[in-house]
Amino acid sequence: MTKRMAGSTTELPPAARDAVTTPADESISRRDLIAGAAGAIGVAVAAGIPLVAGGQAAKAAPVAPVVPADPTKLQGAPTSQVGSRSTFFKPSRTPFGETVGNSLTPLQDLAGTITPADLHFERHHAGVPLIDPARHTLLIHGLVETPLMLTMDEVKRFPQVTRTYFIECSGNGRNAYREPKPDLTPQKVAGLVSNTEWTGVPLKVLLDEAGAKPEATWFLAEGGDACVMTRSIPMAKAMDDAMVVWTQNGEPLRPEQGFPLRLLLPGWEGNTSVKWLRRLELGTRPWATRWETSKYTDPLPDGTARQYSFDMDAKSIITAPAFPQVLSRGWWPVTGLAWTGRGRITRVEVSTDNGRSWTDAELTPTTGVKAPVRFTHYWEWNGKEAVLLSRATDETGYVQPTRKELLKVRGIGTDFHFNPIVGWKVAADGKVTFHGET
Amino acid sequence: MRRTVIIGLVLATAACAGDRVASDTPTAAGFSSIPARHYGLGRAATPAEVAALDIDVGPDGEGLPAGSGTATLGADIYQKKCAMCHGPKGLGMPPAFPLIISRDPKAEGFKFASDPKLPKSIGNYWPDATTVFDYVRRAMPLLQPGSLTNDEVYALTAYLLAANEVIPMSATLDSASLMQVKMPYRDKFVPDDRRGGREVK
Ligand code: HEC
Repeated sequence: MTKRMAGSTTELPPAARDAVTTPADESISRRDLIAGAAGAIGVAVAAGIPLVAGGQAAKAAPVAPVVPADPTKLQGAPTSQVGSRSTFFKPSRTPFGETVGNSLTPLQDLAGTITPADLHFERHHAGVPLIDPARHTLLIHGLVETPLMLTMDEVKRFPQVTRTYFIECSGNGRNAYREPKPDLTPQKVAGLVSNTEWTGVPLKVLLDEAGAKPEATWFLAEGGDACVMTRSIPMAKAMDDAMVVWTQNGEPLRPEQGFPLRLLLPGWEGNTSVKWLRRLELGTRPWATRWETSKYTDPLPDGTARQYSFDMDAKSIITAPAFPQVLSRGWWPVTGLAWTGRGRITRVEVSTDNGRSWTDAELTPTTGVKAPVRFTHYWEWNGKEAVLLSRATDETGYVQPTRKELLKVRGIGTDFHFNPIVGWKVAADGKVTFHGET
Repeated sequence: MRRTVIIGLVLATAACAGDRVASDTPTAAGFSSIPARHYGLGRAATPAEVAALDIDVGPDGEGLPAGSGTATLGADIYQKKCAMCHGPKGLGMPPAFPLIISRDPKAEGFKFASDPKLPKSIGNYWPDATTVFDYVRRAMPLLQPGSLTNDEVYALTAYLLAANEVIPMSATLDSASLMQVKMPYRDKFVPDDRRGGREVK
């Protein structure tokens, strides 16, 4: 199979060969962008530039597997170098936008709490850079005793820790909050959150190595992508639970998650966990970068805007039953995820009567700090219209608010940090639709 | 030595977890009690290496390079290098290409929380003028990031601030004058007052 593929590739004309072998052909997507910007789609077509997002060459359609009538009567497939999903399970993200875009995790297709690396949500401001780890360095400078240059090999020789933390984009849930339409899936409502077992070094260890000066109060984290993304972070976070990580669920980070190195700020808005991390500068005030002024600030009804609003408040979503499922009568697990950037989830309640009464759901695992819990409430549907809701409480005593409460304190136009109670309406015919007007 | 370190880490974590029960601090998993130590890894970066990467500009003007540019020259550069995406008047082409120039009277007064459609232009939203310089220099034009000279970035910053009615179209910007520019809505930005607990903010 591999051989045949290789053979056929060499027979292709040079241009097509490039299209097949280039891992992420940025030049094509960039040309698309220009064409799109000029509104000259015809030009692009005439020039033979594919107008597909990302500009990747279409892959050959996989041959449909022959499913034996009785698998116990036939030898199975041979061993392989890299495993693949069952052909009966085809989860997918939702790529949107060109290089400045996002792609959401299919929450409804997953169980437990860990997000498979290839389904971790994506949000980039300048595409996914292709970085050679052998040439990648991390520079730590500013208010330090010695400006320190570290190679990837050196970064990996510091003491390592492994921790499970969620990352949530603070834009998660914007559409469902502003326009709660019935045909939204869990993925569309809240797919900008994923959960991973990360391995890396405590940021404090690296800063100690460089000799962070006590007068430093903020640091700047900078990525090596094409917008050279920067965020300002208080030093208190650096000395608390911040990590610099290179491993995602046991293997090197995926390029979309920052290969070869990223910052990981547990419980804080995803944008601050700067990917493709190349530089840390220690200083005495925030830098007011574009990603903490024009974006990632929260307008409030009193005519101000919250800035440097890092913590992700407690939130939950039922991932099943959900749109577009159709239920039959009988027992159903009402299950979903709950998480908080402020420590542990202590309680998740489920309502099956649109918030009139609430029942404690079962939580598993219960050990996670800034990591999601899965909650489950077993429910017997009697064929009458029902509205299923979930409500999370965290260890600070914070209770996930209704959309009405959030609208009151933040307004419809607020731009980030959406964590209203949401749920699903089950109609008498069993059809499940999104219920966001809580 | 390595082992002591690892044990140290484990102990530090355990100590923190213990503390949590007593003080109920939500940051139970923190590394703050790991003792500082020196591993001798990496090497000192040279001043030239630092200078090559250290392109950030602070709101107080720290990091602004030498050079200058006029708003009128910036208008020319804008039409050549930016207008194809942000539009000849800076109104953008939503959703892909953001609006950057506007002083729409409806958006004055900072009522963004009540209307998601109000445009957050540089003039009616951005709190710091230095952000324009820093961002354009590092990230624009989208397809040739980092290609502009410092003089071009000063000129474009002057033009964008002038077109957003923050400074006059006759202005020239350099490091001294750019750090003096006060944005109209600077004082609208407030620190995060959410702290967890019962109150929803
Ligand atoms: C090929 C299209 C393209 C060109 C050309 C381009 N930009 Fe942009 N620009 C974008 C996109 C896309 C974004 C949004 C990036 C993001 O959201 O992270 C953007 C964002 C911006 C922003 C920030 C907007 C905001 O609200 O935060 C500014 C300012 C800006 N560009 C200025 C410029 C200037 C000045 C030039 C010319 C030197 C330029 N751009 C050329 C596509 C372009």
